[in-house]
Amino acid sequence: MTAAPVIQARGLNLTFQTGDGSVHALKDIDLDIEKGEFVSFIGPSGCGKTTFLRCIAALETPTGGSLTVNGISPEEARKARSYGYVFQAAGLYPWRTIAGNVKLPLEIMGYSKAQQEERVEKVLSLVDLEGFGKKFPWQLSGGMQQRASIARALAFDAEILLMDEPFGALDEIVRDKLNEELLKLWSATNKTIGFVTHSIPEAVYLSTKIVVMSPRPGRIHEVIESTLPKGPRPLDIRDSEEFLQIAHRVREGLRAGHAYDE
Amino acid sequence: MKMIAPVLTVLAAILLLWYAATVWMNSQWTYDQAARAGEEVTFSELVTDTLTQKRPVLPAPHQVAVGLWEGVAGQKVTSKRSLVFHGWITLSATLAGFALGTGLGILLAVGITHSRAMDLSVMPWAIASQTIPILAIAPMVIVVLASLGITGLLPKAIIAAYLSFFPVLVGMVKGLRAPDHMQLDLLKTYNASQGATFWKLRLPSSMPYLFASLKVGVAASLVGTIVAELPAGATRGLGARLLSGSYYGQTVQIWSALFAAAALAAILVVVVGIIEQITLKRMGMVQ
Repeated sequence: MTAAPVIQARGLNLTFQTGDGSVHALKDIDLDIEKGEFVSFIGPSGCGKTTFLRCIAALETPTGGSLTVNGISPEEARKARSYGYVFQAAGLYPWRTIAGNVKLPLEIMGYSKAQQEERVEKVLSLVDLEGFGKKFPWQLSGGMQQRASIARALAFDAEILLMDEPFGALDEIVRDKLNEELLKLWSATNKTIGFVTHSIPEAVYLSTKIVVMSPRPGRIHEVIESTLPKGPRPLDIRDSEEFLQIAHRVREGLRAGHAYDE
Repeated sequence: MKMIAPVLTVLAAILLLWYAATVWMNSQWTYDQAARAGEEVTFSELVTDTLTQKRPVLPAPHQVAVGLWEGVAGQKVTSKRSLVFHGWITLSATLAGFALGTGLGILLAVGITHSRAMDLSVMPWAIASQTIPILAIAPMVIVVLASLGITGLLPKAIIAAYLSFFPVLVGMVKGLRAPDHMQLDLLKTYNASQGATFWKLRLPSSMPYLFASLKVGVAASLVGTIVAELPAGATRGLGARLLSGSYYGQTVQIWSALFAAAALAAILVVVVGIIEQITLKRMGMVQ
């Protein structure tokens, strides 16, 4: 018996009304994400990958079709605090220490002081930031700030982690390291992760499933199931034949979806 | 201390210009006196006389300095001739008005950022209030309140608040709206209430804006208080001192009171600046 998908989209559509006409941001999206999967969304700008993630998070409202998160509507799931969201920028509060920032969701959700302390310590060690709790954000590098923002999203034990190009603003060396850490963290916590990216190697390295999207209107072009082993993967897996083949399929998918036009 | 030379140069230039203006503006009196006595005036006599007149058109810097010194240190602080006495009267009304204005400005800003209706209905009036010359409205407020039996500190504080709420309002509206979409979305993903969003995000974000406004507001409060002391025959406060000086042609007294007011304003702005430094440092917002 298989459990119901954590995230299920059927015929999902979203049209934005703007000053000069309507924009079809998402068209007929059908997708199942199972518990414990690591799903990447890849595609050119305007393909709706971030919009889809925001729909899951109930930050946007679809105009058609159905979407469930944990079997309930995204809005109910948001109110039940079922997911942690990591944005492209760390967005830490400059007036709070790192520990204070990680505590923010816990304070809002009404955790006791003791629970707050305990969880902050736990998630800071998960993202390798032990001993940095008392620092202010400006005292940390960009990569460390982004790790702190991941810790913040992990602090309240949501089953789902939604990440919108979390490493997009970081240099490649830092990004490699954070990718490796993210995989370890994912295997240690068994969360379901939705991950938006522009980078083919990043998508292939991280994912169990790669959703290739194409623009105007934003739609799913192809869903590629990764054959790479699930769990922590060494960075040099990216030199393997299997990895290169999957990356090639992703690139072909992007090309067929007109990602390289213009 | 590389900066000390340019600072002193500018100061010296100002003093030099001032002395030149003193000689030029007071010369008429000297020439008239000499003509009446049928005497000729040499240049050195002209300079000596214009810088030492009892009721000069423009007092010389050293005369103002002496006037200031005598006003501050040469009197008992309870004396009606003491600038400390008058300064305290003005300061207390300024601080009361500043507190009133700041409170009102913050309250209105909170309302305006949380209610579209308030934004549309209150903001235009707040702006309109500042287009009315304070000199026109201050005497009316003083007279109306006096007819209700309210005199002393409160009417002056109200005028001060009238001037100081506006910069605080504008700054706080900007500050409370400073958080970007991403930060607001983040709180939405936590299903945070409006109250939590206000206390944990909007209010802390607005602090730098608040302090910038407070500096403008405290100076405006002082101006408001002094203006409020001018009409209706107030006898106490720096404004009253300015007025009585002008009644009796005591230009040295006017200038001393002016400088006392300027010094008071500078001290107030510096104090707000120090509180700003301490607060932002404790919040971790300055490095």
